[in-house]
Amino acid sequence: MVVNCEEVWREVSNYLDGEVHPGLRLAIEAHVRDCQRCTAVLDGTRNVIQLYGDERMLEVPLGFGQRLHRRIEQNLPSSIPPSRRTFLGWMVAAAAAVLVVGSLELVRASSARRPEQRSELARRGSGVPPNMMVVVTEDGKLFHRAGCPFIHERNRPRTITASEASREGYTPCIRCMGKYLADA
Amino acid sequence: MPGRVIALKRPAGQFDGDPRDEVMLIQRVRDGEHELFYELIRPYERRVYATAFAILRNEADAEDVAQEAVLKAFKHIRQFRAEARFSTWLIQITVNEARMRRRKAHANIMEPIADRPDDEGNYTPRDFADWREIPSETLERNEIRQKLAEALAGLGQIYREVFVLRDMQRLSIDETARALGISTASVKTRLLRARLMLRDLLAPGLGGAWCGKWGGRLSFEKGTKPW
Repeated sequence: MVVNCEEVWREVSNYLDGEVHPGLRLAIEAHVRDCQRCTAVLDGTRNVIQLYGDERMLEVPLGFGQRLHRRIEQNLPSSIPPSRRTFLGWMVAAAAAVLVVGSLELVRASSARRPEQRSELARRGSGVPPNMMVVVTEDGKLFHRAGCPFIHERNRPRTITASEASREGYTPCIRCMGKYLADA
Repeated sequence: MPGRVIALKRPAGQFDGDPRDEVMLIQRVRDGEHELFYELIRPYERRVYATAFAILRNEADAEDVAQEAVLKAFKHIRQFRAEARFSTWLIQITVNEARMRRRKAHANIMEPIADRPDDEGNYTPRDFADWREIPSETLERNEIRQKLAEALAGLGQIYREVFVLRDMQRLSIDETARALGISTASVKTRLLRARLMLRDLLAPGLGGAWCGKWGGRLSFEKGTKPW
């Protein structure tokens, strides 16, 4: 069996996947041995498969896993057995009541003074959805959208909600959160 | 703190995708140990995102769809049949979710959503430069990964979907066909074109220019796309 260049190109993908019958395989190999162009096509196609098959090509945005896990956690139904639900339910309700009272006290206390900003010169955010997931870094002063090129990965980034970020004194990044910047 | 949440939920022996552990995990999630769902999907998070991104080509949409797909998998875990791999099932859900999102987006801007049909004739390679073996260290370079991603994004939708599922997610031909709802013959045709188009696009750079002159600019010249 003899094959020409066009036949090799038509079958190169099947050949690399081991999807051609033995006779065709031998014919392709015999042709490629003497054909520089088909060798280039075969090697190049093999390289494409190898490069894109590398795990490093499956990049995800910074903080993706954390945001995914948080979203799952928010949506998982309780897996507590029904028999324990009543007692635990009361405990949770009591704890929640304590928290609500505590938060009210905190709000009252903090209403007199606004939380300190990490950067005195930065502009405060306005209208940022409080539950929006944003990225902050240990030494940074701003909070960012995931994927913002101005996040410095070395500074231990973490993902929190916008309201948590504001409470911790972070202000919106001028590049990725510009539309939420309050007018000076 | 998200990091703390994950640490609390993760049992001592981490699940690494071993099929035997997977069957057991699925059963335990079905039996009510919902917190184990984290473990079940963790090895596939990146693949789910990559699949959504391949279809939507937008980071924010891809992330949202990836989250939706994972939640849907949890909701319907009882419908999962063990004859398929869990990863394949998860990818299939992601493909459906992403396509729905794309359809909705296209409907909003009143554009047709139909993919162009498979090109009829054979694809003829356009570049015959000798392309030596590329060391895997090449991928350590951000610029190279960026170039590969750009080339992939330049493929037509139908070719990109097949290529991502088959060559990046490593699904079989049959699994790819099932996930996309097309025949195995179509998978093979589209895969051949996708691979050859990528080779044509990348050969000039990876065949020497980029590998030989690491300090040089890595960019495709305008009008040099081979299709």
